[in-house]
Amino acid sequence: MMLEVRGLRAYYGEYQALHGIDFALDEGHIRTLLGANGAGKTTVLRALCGMVRSGGDILFDGRRITGWATEDIVRLGVAHVPEGRGTFLRLSVEENLQLGAMSRRDRTAIAQDIEQVYAQFPRLKERRQQQAGTLSGGEQQMLAVGRALMLRPRLMLLDEPSFGLAPLIVEELFDRLGEVNRERGVAMLIVEQNAALALDLAEHAYLLETGRVVMNGPAAEIGADESVRRAYLGY
Amino acid sequence: MELLLQQVLAGLATGAIYACMALAVVMIYQAIDHLNFAQGEMAMFSTFIAWQIIQWGQPYWVAFIAAVALSFVGGVAIERILFKPLHNAPILSNLVGFIALFSILNSSAGFIWDFNIKTFPTPFGTQPLLGGGLIDTHEAGMIGVTLLMLALLYLFFRGTRLGLAMRAAAHNPESARLVGVRVGWMTALGWGMAAAIGAVAGMLIAPVVFLEPNMMLGVLLYGFAGAVLGGLTSPLGAVIGGFAVGLIENLAGTFIPYFGRELKLSIALVLIVAVLMVKPSGLFGRPTVSRV
Repeated sequence: MMLEVRGLRAYYGEYQALHGIDFALDEGHIRTLLGANGAGKTTVLRALCGMVRSGGDILFDGRRITGWATEDIVRLGVAHVPEGRGTFLRLSVEENLQLGAMSRRDRTAIAQDIEQVYAQFPRLKERRQQQAGTLSGGEQQMLAVGRALMLRPRLMLLDEPSFGLAPLIVEELFDRLGEVNRERGVAMLIVEQNAALALDLAEHAYLLETGRVVMNGPAAEIGADESVRRAYLGY
Repeated sequence: MELLLQQVLAGLATGAIYACMALAVVMIYQAIDHLNFAQGEMAMFSTFIAWQIIQWGQPYWVAFIAAVALSFVGGVAIERILFKPLHNAPILSNLVGFIALFSILNSSAGFIWDFNIKTFPTPFGTQPLLGGGLIDTHEAGMIGVTLLMLALLYLFFRGTRLGLAMRAAAHNPESARLVGVRVGWMTALGWGMAAAIGAVAGMLIAPVVFLEPNMMLGVLLYGFAGAVLGGLTSPLGAVIGGFAVGLIENLAGTFIPYFGRELKLSIALVLIVAVLMVKPSGLFGRPTVSRV
Protein backbone atom coordinates (compact mmCIF):
# COMPACT_ATOMS: atom_id res chain seq x y z
CA MET A 1 0.00 0.00 0.00
CA MET A 2 1.43 3.39 -1.01
CA LEU A 3 -0.47 5.48 1.52
CA GLU A 4 -1.94 4.13 4.70
CA VAL A 5 -3.47 6.33 7.37
CA ARG A 6 -4.36 5.01 10.82
CA GLY A 7 -5.99 6.92 13.64
CA LEU A 8 -5.15 10.31 12.15
CA ARG A 9 -5.80 13.21 14.50
CA ALA A 10 -5.24 16.88 13.78
CA TYR A 11 -5.31 20.01 15.88
CA TYR A 12 -5.69 23.74 15.31
CA GLY A 13 -4.30 25.04 18.59
CA GLU A 14 -6.43 23.45 21.30
CA TYR A 15 -9.19 22.52 18.89
CA GLN A 16 -9.17 18.95 17.64
CA ALA A 17 -10.36 18.80 14.02
CA LEU A 18 -9.82 15.10 13.24
CA HIS A 19 -10.66 12.30 15.66
CA GLY A 20 -8.88 9.21 14.42
CA ILE A 21 -9.32 8.73 10.69
CA ASP A 22 -8.40 5.54 8.81
CA PHE A 23 -8.03 5.18 5.09
CA ALA A 24 -5.67 3.91 2.45
CA LEU A 25 -4.76 4.51 -1.16
CA ASP A 26 -2.77 2.33 -3.49
CA GLU A 27 -0.46 3.29 -6.36
CA GLY A 28 -2.34 4.61 -9.39
CA HIS A 29 -5.79 4.70 -7.79
CA ILE A 30 -8.22 7.54 -7.20
CA ARG A 31 -10.17 7.92 -3.99
CA THR A 32 -12.30 10.78 -2.75
CA LEU A 33 -13.14 12.33 0.60
CA LEU A 34 -16.67 13.67 0.76
CA GLY A 35 -18.62 15.50 3.38
CA ALA A 36 -20.20 18.80 4.34
CA ASN A 37 -18.36 22.02 5.10
CA GLY A 38 -16.31 21.65 8.26
CA ALA A 39 -16.26 17.86 8.17
CA GLY A 40 -12.46 17.92 8.12
CA LYS A 41 -11.73 17.04 4.48
CA THR A 42 -9.26 19.86 3.89
CA THR A 43 -7.64 19.16 7.26
CA VAL A 44 -6.94 15.57 6.19
CA LEU A 45 -5.00 16.83 3.16
CA ARG A 46 -3.19 19.43 5.25
CA ALA A 47 -2.25 16.79 7.82
CA LEU A 48 -0.89 14.50 5.08
CA CYS A 49 1.43 17.35 4.01
CA GLY A 50 2.59 18.28 7.47
CA MET A 51 0.79 21.64 7.36
CA VAL A 52 -1.11 21.14 10.61
CA ARG A 53 -0.17 19.56 13.93
CA SER A 54 -1.25 15.95 13.80
CA GLY A 55 -1.00 12.59 15.54
CA GLY A 56 -1.61 8.98 14.58
CA ASP A 57 0.13 7.15 11.77
CA ILE A 58 0.63 8.32 8.21
CA LEU A 59 2.55 5.63 6.35
CA PHE A 60 3.99 6.27 2.91
CA ASP A 61 5.50 3.15 1.36
CA GLY A 62 5.35 1.73 4.85
CA ARG A 63 7.44 4.57 6.30
CA ARG A 64 5.92 6.68 9.06
CA ILE A 65 5.92 10.33 7.93
CA THR A 66 3.72 11.86 10.63
CA GLY A 67 5.32 15.09 11.80
CA TRP A 68 7.66 15.43 8.81
CA ALA A 69 8.28 18.90 7.35
CA THR A 70 6.18 19.76 4.31
CA GLU A 71 9.27 20.21 2.13
CA ASP A 72 10.42 16.65 2.88
CA ILE A 73 7.00 15.10 2.25
CA VAL A 74 6.92 16.87 -1.14
CA ARG A 75 10.21 15.17 -1.99
CA LEU A 76 8.53 11.78 -1.65
CA GLY A 77 6.43 12.71 -4.68
CA VAL A 78 3.37 14.11 -2.94
CA ALA A 79 1.94 17.08 -4.85
CA HIS A 80 -0.72 19.06 -3.00
CA VAL A 81 -2.98 21.39 -4.96
CA PRO A 82 -4.46 23.36 -2.08
CA GLU A 83 -7.71 25.22 -1.72
CA GLY A 84 -7.33 28.44 -3.68
CA ARG A 85 -4.86 26.58 -5.94
CA GLY A 86 -1.64 27.86 -4.37
CA THR A 87 -0.72 29.80 -7.49
CA PHE A 88 2.15 32.29 -7.32
CA LEU A 89 0.02 35.10 -8.67
CA ARG A 90 2.82 37.62 -9.24
CA LEU A 91 5.10 35.18 -11.06
CA SER A 92 4.73 34.15 -14.67
CA VAL A 93 3.04 30.96 -15.83
CA GLU A 94 6.39 29.46 -16.75
CA GLU A 95 7.96 30.42 -13.42
CA ASN A 96 5.05 28.71 -11.68
CA LEU A 97 5.79 25.53 -13.60
CA GLN A 98 9.49 25.76 -12.85
CA LEU A 99 8.68 26.12 -9.18
CA GLY A 100 6.72 22.89 -9.36
CA ALA A 101 9.99 21.12 -10.16
CA MET A 102 11.97 22.94 -7.45
CA SER A 103 12.80 19.75 -5.56
CA ARG A 104 14.23 18.10 -8.69
CA ARG A 105 17.72 18.56 -10.12
CA ASP A 106 17.50 17.06 -13.63
CA ARG A 107 17.39 20.27 -15.67
CA THR A 108 16.92 18.79 -19.13
CA ALA A 109 14.11 16.56 -17.94
CA ILE A 110 12.49 19.57 -16.28
CA ALA A 111 12.54 21.48 -19.56
CA GLN A 112 10.98 18.48 -21.31
CA ASP A 113 8.30 18.19 -18.64
CA ILE A 114 7.39 21.86 -19.10
CA GLU A 115 6.85 21.21 -22.81
CA GLN A 116 4.76 18.17 -21.92
CA VAL A 117 2.54 20.24 -19.64
CA TYR A 118 2.16 22.79 -22.45
CA ALA A 119 1.18 19.99 -24.82
CA GLN A 120 -1.49 18.86 -22.40
CA PHE A 121 -2.67 22.41 -21.58
CA PRO A 122 -2.14 24.51 -24.74
CA ARG A 123 -3.74 27.58 -23.13
CA LEU A 124 -0.86 27.72 -20.68
CA LYS A 125 1.63 27.79 -23.51
CA GLU A 126 -0.08 30.81 -25.06
CA ARG A 127 0.24 32.60 -21.74
CA ARG A 128 3.63 31.35 -20.63
CA GLN A 129 5.12 34.81 -20.00
CA GLN A 130 1.95 36.26 -18.50
CA GLN A 131 1.58 36.89 -14.77
CA ALA A 132 -0.34 33.96 -13.32
CA GLY A 133 -2.68 36.36 -11.52
CA THR A 134 -4.09 37.51 -14.86
CA LEU A 135 -5.32 34.02 -15.82
CA SER A 136 -8.97 33.06 -15.59
CA GLY A 137 -10.07 30.72 -12.81
CA GLY A 138 -10.10 27.72 -15.12
CA GLU A 139 -6.66 28.49 -16.50
CA GLN A 140 -5.33 28.91 -12.98
CA GLN A 141 -6.67 25.52 -12.01
CA MET A 142 -5.01 23.98 -15.08
CA LEU A 143 -1.81 25.75 -14.07
CA ALA A 144 -2.11 24.30 -10.56
CA VAL A 145 -2.46 20.80 -11.99
CA GLY A 146 0.44 21.46 -14.37
CA ARG A 147 2.58 22.72 -11.50
CA ALA A 148 1.78 19.59 -9.50
CA LEU A 149 2.75 17.40 -12.47
CA MET A 150 6.15 19.11 -12.64
CA LEU A 151 7.05 17.23 -9.47
CA ARG A 152 6.51 13.93 -11.33
CA PRO A 153 4.27 13.05 -8.43
CA ARG A 154 3.23 9.61 -7.30
CA LEU A 155 0.35 11.03 -5.34
CA MET A 156 -1.71 14.17 -6.00
CA LEU A 157 -3.83 15.71 -3.27
CA LEU A 158 -6.54 17.86 -4.82
CA ASP A 159 -8.57 20.19 -2.63
CA GLU A 160 -11.87 21.27 -4.22
CA PRO A 161 -10.53 21.42 -7.77
CA SER A 162 -13.98 22.36 -9.10
CA PHE A 163 -14.43 25.31 -6.74
CA GLY A 164 -15.60 28.49 -8.46
CA LEU A 165 -15.37 27.12 -12.00
CA ALA A 166 -18.05 27.07 -14.70
CA PRO A 167 -19.59 23.61 -15.34
CA LEU A 168 -17.98 23.21 -18.76
CA ILE A 169 -14.54 24.03 -17.38
CA VAL A 170 -15.07 21.61 -14.51
CA GLU A 171 -15.87 18.87 -16.98
CA GLU A 172 -12.70 19.57 -18.94
CA LEU A 173 -10.64 19.66 -15.77
CA PHE A 174 -11.92 16.30 -14.57
CA ASP A 175 -11.30 14.79 -18.02
CA ARG A 176 -7.71 15.94 -17.73
CA LEU A 177 -7.36 14.55 -14.24
CA GLY A 178 -8.60 11.18 -15.49
CA GLU A 179 -6.08 11.39 -18.33
CA VAL A 180 -3.22 12.14 -15.94
CA ASN A 181 -4.23 9.20 -13.78
CA ARG A 182 -4.46 6.75 -16.67
CA GLU A 183 -1.40 7.89 -18.63
CA ARG A 184 1.01 8.62 -15.83
CA GLY A 185 -0.34 6.31 -13.17
CA VAL A 186 -0.57 9.13 -10.62
CA ALA A 187 -2.66 8.25 -7.58
CA MET A 188 -5.12 10.91 -6.46
CA LEU A 189 -6.93 11.82 -3.30
CA ILE A 190 -9.68 14.27 -4.16
CA VAL A 191 -11.64 16.42 -1.74
CA GLU A 192 -14.86 17.69 -3.30
CA GLN A 193 -18.09 19.43 -2.45
CA ASN A 194 -19.37 18.37 -5.84
CA ALA A 195 -19.92 14.76 -4.84
CA ALA A 196 -21.43 13.53 -8.10
CA LEU A 197 -18.37 14.64 -10.00
CA ALA A 198 -15.90 13.10 -7.58
CA LEU A 199 -17.82 9.80 -7.38
CA ASP A 200 -17.64 9.64 -11.15
CA LEU A 201 -13.86 9.82 -11.21
CA ALA A 202 -12.96 7.93 -8.04
CA GLU A 203 -13.23 4.22 -7.38
CA HIS A 204 -13.69 4.46 -3.67
CA ALA A 205 -15.17 7.11 -1.41
CA TYR A 206 -14.87 8.04 2.26
CA LEU A 207 -17.63 10.01 3.93
CA LEU A 208 -16.48 12.40 6.64
CA GLU A 209 -18.53 13.98 9.37
CA THR A 210 -17.10 16.18 12.16
CA GLY A 211 -13.63 14.77 11.84
CA ARG A 212 -14.56 11.08 11.58
CA VAL A 213 -15.09 8.64 8.73
CA VAL A 214 -18.75 7.67 9.00
CA MET A 215 -18.94 5.47 5.92
CA ASN A 216 -16.80 4.22 3.10
CA GLY A 217 -17.24 2.01 0.09
CA PRO A 218 -16.96 1.76 -3.68
CA ALA A 219 -17.89 5.04 -5.33
CA ALA A 220 -20.67 3.49 -7.38
CA GLU A 221 -22.39 2.10 -4.28
CA ILE A 222 -22.12 5.29 -2.29
CA GLY A 223 -23.45 7.27 -5.22
CA ALA A 224 -26.35 4.88 -5.68
CA ASP A 225 -27.48 4.82 -2.05
CA GLU A 226 -30.27 7.35 -1.97
CA SER A 227 -30.38 7.83 1.80
CA VAL A 228 -26.64 8.47 1.91
CA ARG A 229 -26.95 10.89 -0.92
CA ARG A 230 -29.67 12.81 0.77
CA ALA A 231 -28.11 12.79 4.22
CA TYR A 232 -24.51 13.53 3.37
CA LEU A 233 -24.10 14.58 -0.20
CA GLY A 234 -27.03 16.93 -0.65
CA TYR A 235 -28.24 15.95 -4.07
CA MET B 1 23.21 74.74 -15.17
CA GLU B 2 26.53 73.26 -14.20
CA LEU B 3 25.61 73.65 -10.54
CA LEU B 4 22.36 71.77 -11.15
CA LEU B 5 24.13 68.92 -12.93
CA GLN B 6 26.74 68.81 -10.20
CA GLN B 7 24.09 68.56 -7.51
CA VAL B 8 22.13 65.94 -9.44
CA LEU B 9 25.21 63.74 -9.73
CA ALA B 10 26.17 64.24 -6.09
CA GLY B 11 22.56 63.39 -5.17
CA LEU B 12 22.73 60.21 -7.21
CA ALA B 13 25.98 59.25 -5.49
CA THR B 14 24.54 59.43 -1.98
CA GLY B 15 21.25 58.16 -3.39
CA ALA B 16 23.07 55.01 -4.46
CA ILE B 17 23.91 54.32 -0.82
CA TYR B 18 20.34 55.02 0.29
CA ALA B 19 19.18 52.69 -2.49
CA CYS B 20 21.39 49.90 -1.15
CA MET B 21 20.09 50.36 2.39
CA ALA B 22 16.49 50.58 1.12
CA LEU B 23 16.97 47.37 -0.85
CA ALA B 24 18.48 45.58 2.13
CA VAL B 25 15.55 46.68 4.31
CA VAL B 26 13.01 45.57 1.70
CA MET B 27 14.63 42.15 1.25
CA ILE B 28 14.24 41.40 4.92
CA TYR B 29 10.81 43.01 5.06
CA GLN B 30 9.59 40.75 2.26
CA ALA B 31 10.91 37.68 4.00
CA ILE B 32 9.69 38.33 7.56
CA ASP B 33 7.30 41.32 7.40
CA HIS B 34 9.35 43.41 9.80
CA LEU B 35 11.57 46.46 9.32
CA ASN B 36 15.16 45.72 10.29
CA PHE B 37 16.07 48.70 12.46
CA ALA B 38 19.54 47.25 12.92
CA GLN B 39 20.34 47.24 9.19
CA GLY B 40 22.51 50.35 9.56
CA GLU B 41 24.40 48.97 12.54
CA MET B 42 25.03 45.73 10.66
CA ALA B 43 26.50 47.78 7.79
CA MET B 44 28.57 49.82 10.24
CA PHE B 45 29.95 46.66 11.84
CA SER B 46 30.82 45.22 8.42
CA THR B 47 32.68 48.43 7.58
CA PHE B 48 34.69 48.16 10.78
CA ILE B 49 35.62 44.60 9.84
CA ALA B 50 36.89 45.85 6.47
CA TRP B 51 38.81 48.63 8.23
CA GLN B 52 40.39 46.12 10.60
CA ILE B 53 41.49 43.89 7.73
CA ILE B 54 43.05 46.91 6.00
CA GLN B 55 44.81 47.78 9.28
CA TRP B 56 46.29 44.29 9.26
CA GLY B 57 47.95 45.22 6.00
CA GLN B 58 45.67 43.65 3.42
CA PRO B 59 44.85 45.48 0.16
CA TYR B 60 41.53 47.32 -0.10
CA TRP B 61 39.76 44.86 -2.37
CA VAL B 62 40.76 41.85 -0.28
CA ALA B 63 39.22 43.59 2.73
CA PHE B 64 36.18 44.55 0.67
CA ILE B 65 35.46 41.00 -0.48
CA ALA B 66 36.24 39.49 2.91
CA ALA B 67 33.89 41.96 4.62
CA VAL B 68 31.08 41.18 2.16
CA ALA B 69 31.55 37.43 2.64
CA LEU B 70 31.76 37.66 6.44
CA SER B 71 28.69 39.91 6.49
CA PHE B 72 26.77 37.35 4.47
CA VAL B 73 27.65 34.63 6.98
CA GLY B 74 26.87 36.98 9.85
CA GLY B 75 23.47 37.85 8.38
CA VAL B 76 22.57 34.17 8.03
CA ALA B 77 23.73 33.56 11.59
CA ILE B 78 21.67 36.44 12.98
CA GLU B 79 18.55 35.03 11.34
CA ARG B 80 19.18 31.48 12.52
CA ILE B 81 20.07 32.44 16.09
CA LEU B 82 17.90 35.45 16.86
CA PHE B 83 15.00 35.81 14.43
CA LYS B 84 14.09 32.24 13.50
CA PRO B 85 12.89 31.58 17.07
CA LEU B 86 10.88 34.83 16.88
CA HIS B 87 9.18 33.69 13.69
CA ASN B 88 5.68 33.41 15.15
CA ALA B 89 6.21 35.87 17.98
CA PRO B 90 4.15 39.06 18.26
CA ILE B 91 5.38 42.13 16.45
CA LEU B 92 6.65 43.81 19.62
CA SER B 93 8.91 40.86 20.46
CA ASN B 94 10.47 41.23 17.04
CA LEU B 95 10.85 44.95 17.63
CA VAL B 96 12.70 44.27 20.87
CA GLY B 97 14.87 41.79 18.97
CA PHE B 98 15.84 44.48 16.49
CA ILE B 99 16.57 47.01 19.22
CA ALA B 100 18.72 44.43 21.01
CA LEU B 101 20.64 43.69 17.82
CA PHE B 102 21.05 47.42 17.23
CA SER B 103 22.58 48.16 20.59
CA ILE B 104 24.66 44.97 20.73
CA LEU B 105 26.32 45.85 17.42
CA ASN B 106 26.65 49.53 18.26
CA SER B 107 28.24 49.06 21.66
CA SER B 108 30.46 46.15 20.69
CA ALA B 109 31.81 48.19 17.77
CA GLY B 110 32.53 50.97 20.25
CA PHE B 111 34.10 48.50 22.68
CA ILE B 112 36.33 46.81 20.09
CA TRP B 113 37.29 49.80 17.97
CA ASP B 114 36.40 52.75 20.31
CA PHE B 115 34.21 55.72 19.42
CA ASN B 116 36.89 57.92 17.85
CA ILE B 117 36.23 58.94 14.29
CA LYS B 118 38.43 57.11 11.80
CA THR B 119 39.12 57.72 8.14
CA PHE B 120 38.23 54.99 5.70
CA PRO B 121 40.11 54.68 2.40
CA THR B 122 38.55 54.82 -1.04
CA PRO B 123 40.05 52.83 -3.89
CA PHE B 124 38.78 55.36 -6.41
CA GLY B 125 40.60 58.46 -5.17
CA THR B 126 38.90 61.84 -4.80
CA GLN B 127 40.21 63.78 -7.77
CA PRO B 128 37.67 65.26 -10.24
CA LEU B 129 36.46 62.63 -12.67
CA LEU B 130 38.07 63.02 -16.13
CA GLY B 131 39.36 66.43 -15.07
CA GLY B 132 35.83 67.90 -15.16
CA GLY B 133 34.29 69.68 -12.20
CA LEU B 134 31.05 67.72 -12.11
CA ILE B 135 31.75 64.73 -9.95
CA ASP B 136 34.76 63.22 -8.20
CA THR B 137 36.04 59.72 -8.74
CA HIS B 138 34.80 58.38 -5.41
CA GLU B 139 31.27 59.56 -6.12
CA ALA B 140 31.45 57.96 -9.55
CA GLY B 141 32.73 54.79 -7.87
CA MET B 142 29.76 54.80 -5.45
CA ILE B 143 27.34 54.96 -8.35
CA GLY B 144 29.28 52.43 -10.42
CA VAL B 145 29.66 49.79 -7.70
CA THR B 146 26.00 50.15 -6.73
CA LEU B 147 24.78 49.78 -10.30
CA LEU B 148 27.01 46.75 -10.82
CA MET B 149 25.69 45.13 -7.65
CA LEU B 150 22.07 45.87 -8.60
CA ALA B 151 22.64 44.33 -12.02
CA LEU B 152 24.10 41.17 -10.46
CA LEU B 153 21.18 40.93 -8.04
CA TYR B 154 18.74 41.35 -10.89
CA LEU B 155 20.38 38.53 -12.83
CA PHE B 156 20.38 36.36 -9.73
CA PHE B 157 16.68 36.84 -8.98
CA ARG B 158 15.50 36.66 -12.59
CA GLY B 159 17.84 34.07 -13.98
CA THR B 160 18.56 31.40 -11.38
CA ARG B 161 16.48 28.71 -9.77
CA LEU B 162 17.61 29.79 -6.33
CA GLY B 163 16.54 33.35 -7.08
CA LEU B 164 13.15 32.08 -8.23
CA ALA B 165 12.79 30.00 -5.06
CA MET B 166 13.59 33.06 -2.93
CA ARG B 167 10.99 35.13 -4.75
CA ALA B 168 8.41 32.38 -4.37
CA ALA B 169 9.16 32.04 -0.66
CA ALA B 170 8.73 35.78 -0.16
CA HIS B 171 5.50 36.06 -2.16
CA ASN B 172 3.72 32.97 -0.95
CA PRO B 173 5.53 30.95 1.72
CA GLU B 174 2.85 28.29 2.12
CA SER B 175 2.70 27.46 -1.59
CA ALA B 176 6.48 27.58 -1.76
CA ARG B 177 6.65 24.87 0.91
CA LEU B 178 4.19 22.79 -1.10
CA VAL B 179 6.57 22.73 -4.07
CA GLY B 180 9.46 21.79 -1.80
CA VAL B 181 11.16 25.17 -1.29
CA ARG B 182 12.90 25.30 2.10
CA VAL B 183 11.35 28.60 3.10
CA GLY B 184 13.27 28.94 6.37
CA TRP B 185 16.59 28.77 4.56
CA MET B 186 15.40 31.22 1.93
CA THR B 187 14.71 33.68 4.75
CA ALA B 188 18.20 33.12 6.14
CA LEU B 189 19.65 33.61 2.68
CA GLY B 190 17.72 36.88 2.37
CA TRP B 191 19.27 38.05 5.64
CA GLY B 192 22.71 37.11 4.41
CA MET B 193 22.25 38.99 1.17
CA ALA B 194 20.81 42.04 2.94
CA ALA B 195 23.81 42.07 5.27
CA ALA B 196 26.19 41.82 2.30
CA ILE B 197 24.43 44.66 0.46
CA GLY B 198 24.60 46.76 3.62
CA ALA B 199 28.32 46.02 3.91
CA VAL B 200 28.90 47.38 0.40
CA ALA B 201 26.88 50.49 1.23
CA GLY B 202 28.77 51.03 4.48
CA MET B 203 32.19 50.72 2.84
CA LEU B 204 31.20 53.11 0.03
CA ILE B 205 29.81 55.81 2.32
CA ALA B 206 32.47 55.52 5.05
CA PRO B 207 35.05 57.72 3.22
CA VAL B 208 32.38 60.45 3.10
CA VAL B 209 30.81 60.30 6.57
CA PHE B 210 33.91 58.82 8.33
CA LEU B 211 33.98 55.61 10.29
CA GLU B 212 32.49 55.52 13.81
CA PRO B 213 29.79 53.43 15.50
CA ASN B 214 26.99 55.91 14.77
CA MET B 215 27.92 56.56 11.14
CA MET B 216 24.88 54.78 9.65
CA LEU B 217 22.12 56.38 11.73
CA GLY B 218 21.27 59.13 9.25
CA VAL B 219 21.98 56.92 6.26
CA LEU B 220 19.53 54.27 7.45
CA LEU B 221 16.88 56.92 8.05
CA TYR B 222 17.22 58.03 4.43
CA GLY B 223 17.24 54.37 3.39
CA PHE B 224 13.96 53.78 5.23
CA ALA B 225 12.57 56.89 3.57
CA GLY B 226 13.59 55.56 0.17
CA ALA B 227 12.07 52.15 0.89
CA VAL B 228 8.78 53.64 2.05
CA LEU B 229 8.71 56.10 -0.84
CA GLY B 230 9.23 53.37 -3.43
CA GLY B 231 7.08 50.85 -1.62
CA LEU B 232 8.15 48.25 0.91
CA THR B 233 6.78 45.49 -1.28
CA SER B 234 8.86 46.38 -4.32
CA PRO B 235 12.66 45.92 -4.45
CA LEU B 236 12.86 47.95 -7.65
CA GLY B 237 10.70 50.64 -6.07
CA ALA B 238 12.99 50.75 -3.04
CA VAL B 239 16.04 51.28 -5.23
CA ILE B 240 14.36 54.06 -7.20
CA GLY B 241 13.08 55.53 -3.94
CA GLY B 242 16.60 55.53 -2.50
CA PHE B 243 18.02 57.37 -5.50
CA ALA B 244 15.10 59.81 -5.40
CA VAL B 245 15.67 60.62 -1.73
CA GLY B 246 19.34 61.32 -2.44
CA LEU B 247 18.38 63.65 -5.26
CA ILE B 248 15.70 65.48 -3.29
CA GLU B 249 17.99 65.88 -0.30
CA ASN B 250 20.76 67.41 -2.38
CA LEU B 251 18.65 69.65 -4.57
CA ALA B 252 16.62 70.94 -1.63
CA GLY B 253 19.81 71.70 0.27
CA THR B 254 21.23 73.66 -2.63
CA PHE B 255 18.34 75.41 -4.28
CA ILE B 256 15.90 76.24 -1.50
CA PRO B 257 17.16 79.48 0.01
CA TYR B 258 17.45 80.35 3.73
CA PHE B 259 16.49 77.09 5.40
CA GLY B 260 17.39 74.62 2.64
CA ARG B 261 20.69 73.44 4.02
CA GLU B 262 19.58 73.14 7.64
CA LEU B 263 16.30 71.48 6.91
CA LYS B 264 17.16 69.27 3.96
CA LEU B 265 16.38 66.10 5.91
CA SER B 266 13.01 67.52 6.91
CA ILE B 267 12.26 68.60 3.35
CA ALA B 268 13.01 65.12 2.06
CA LEU B 269 10.79 63.56 4.71
CA VAL B 270 7.97 66.05 4.14
CA LEU B 271 7.97 65.14 0.45
CA ILE B 272 7.77 61.49 1.38
CA VAL B 273 4.86 62.06 3.73
CA ALA B 274 3.14 63.91 0.90
CA VAL B 275 3.63 60.94 -1.44
CA LEU B 276 2.34 58.52 1.16
CA MET B 277 -0.80 60.59 1.71
CA VAL B 278 -1.64 60.06 -1.95
CA LYS B 279 -0.21 56.55 -2.35
CA PRO B 280 0.00 54.82 1.05
CA SER B 281 1.73 51.72 -0.31
CA GLY B 282 4.48 53.78 -1.95
CA LEU B 283 5.08 54.70 -5.57
CA PHE B 284 5.69 51.12 -6.76
CA GLY B 285 4.19 49.11 -3.92
CA ARG B 286 1.09 46.98 -3.97
CA PRO B 287 -1.70 47.61 -1.52
CA THR B 288 -1.97 44.70 0.87
CA VAL B 289 -5.30 42.99 0.54
CA SER B 290 -6.30 40.41 3.07
CA ARG B 291 -9.45 38.37 3.24
CA VAL B 292 -11.42 38.85 6.42
